[in-house]
Amino acid sequence: MIQDRVIGVAGSALDQLMPMHIWVGPSGLINRVGPTLTKIAGQDLRGQPLFDVIDLQRPRAARSLEALLSLQGARLSLCLRARPDLPFRGMVVGLPAGVGGLIQVSLGLSFSRAVADCGLTLKDFSPCDQTVDLLYLREANAAIARESRNLTGRLQRARQAAEEQALTDTLTGLSNRRAMDSALLALTEAPVPRFGLMHLDLDFFKEVNDSLGHAAGDHVLTHVADILRSEIRAGDIVARVGGDEFVLLFRDCDDPDLLEAIGARLISRLEEPTMFDGQPCRISASAGSVLASRYDRPDPDRMLNDADVALYASKHRGRAQHTLYSEDLLAPLRPN
Amino acid sequence: MHGLVNRALQGFLTDTYGKEIWEEVQSQAGLPEGGFESMLHYEDGLTGDTILAASAVLHKDRCTLLEDLGTYLLSHPNQEGLRRLMRFGGDTFFDFLQSLDDLSGRARLALPDLDMPDLMIRQDSHNRFVLEVSWALPGAGSVFLGALRAMADDYGALAFFEAEEGQDGTERVVIDLVDQSFATGRSFSLGERLA
Repeated sequence: MIQDRVIGVAGSALDQLMPMHIWVGPSGLINRVGPTLTKIAGQDLRGQPLFDVIDLQRPRAARSLEALLSLQGARLSLCLRARPDLPFRGMVVGLPAGVGGLIQVSLGLSFSRAVADCGLTLKDFSPCDQTVDLLYLREANAAIARESRNLTGRLQRARQAAEEQALTDTLTGLSNRRAMDSALLALTEAPVPRFGLMHLDLDFFKEVNDSLGHAAGDHVLTHVADILRSEIRAGDIVARVGGDEFVLLFRDCDDPDLLEAIGARLISRLEEPTMFDGQPCRISASAGSVLASRYDRPDPDRMLNDADVALYASKHRGRAQHTLYSEDLLAPLRPN
Repeated sequence: MHGLVNRALQGFLTDTYGKEIWEEVQSQAGLPEGGFESMLHYEDGLTGDTILAASAVLHKDRCTLLEDLGTYLLSHPNQEGLRRLMRFGGDTFFDFLQSLDDLSGRARLALPDLDMPDLMIRQDSHNRFVLEVSWALPGAGSVFLGALRAMADDYGALAFFEAEEGQDGTERVVIDLVDQSFATGRSFSLGERLA
């Protein structure tokens, strides 16, 4: 077996094998530099003192060849003094018979900047060097990331559009404000609008939420939704329009007594306590209603506003009741 | 089939023949509204249907259509990124041909779930190469025929190409490389600034 025989390598072969090497002579002057490293340095470095050219940062600074060679085999962090922005990694080995040392460097993580700034080409890299594969991957990944970003953007916009178009309240499954608005508009635009509008607001809901928690609150809202749904006819609309506010639209209705009866019935059913986690949740509701038939030309905003006045009157009279809108309700608000 | 493959087909039809033709293909092949998404996966059949529909709408036989697709992928300005990735394969067209063995591996490095064809290139004689292509769908040989033609132009090489089908159904492209530096070719710099 041949052990550790010294071999001779032609300089040009060294250039091909290690296009980023520095051969430093025993005097500390640079003897030879690989062609790629010369290209990065932008000048011929031969004959210059090594430590004028490179800055060794880790594992520790060295200013003499002897100090440098004591780091043989260690991973070095260094850069060209002329290009401190391009950190290299490297290693050094001593050459036999006191002809100095051989430093091999690679671009490390600064590869893409070095390649772009110094105009490196495929020919500047040895076929064994994976820098080109890294560049390839970097470009491919950037393109894929761009596609993914585009896709995410399109999905995001689609989701927003879908949400805007959605007509259902997610917690209760009732119609939401948007669905109610469009149903109300359609009803008011009928040739002879005949319908009732009820605005219902839960009483003591905040207390349930505060004392038993949000889960109990959600439970109550779902329970309320079930009751409201069960009390309306097919074709009527019940919508959750706020945290604990609901609007009901009754088609083909111009009977004030009927609305009063429905209101009273809803309130008494909502007052039956529902159990959550073994605890009774007690709420009630106030409501205000208005009939489309009392207007010459019913207008959605006006009707909602008048139902609100009636609701406010219910609250004012001590909650847990239903009020049908009439002009008289406005009287206390008017200055005498 | 990976959305990128389908999206490439969509890009080819839209950029080459216009939006109306693409919409016609889309409706004939029963494709999803809004076309293909490059980052999603689709049934293989959908890709086949798209090729079939495009061939019918454009009155072009399948091979010619796929050859044009290959040329488009590596020469159209909208596909510059792909051309660049291919140029990483080598400094000359000769080196590039040698690198085709690595092409699928490289692509999978970036996108492990990409349906890349299996490629095998061998040098038959001094200037004759044979590329064997096998893929999930028939016609990949034609795509590579068009693509290699575009790459030869890109490198400024003079070469002749011929598609063949082996007895076992493998598709082959035979390449006669006449002159590596026949023309100037398009420039390629390794370190392009990424947008």
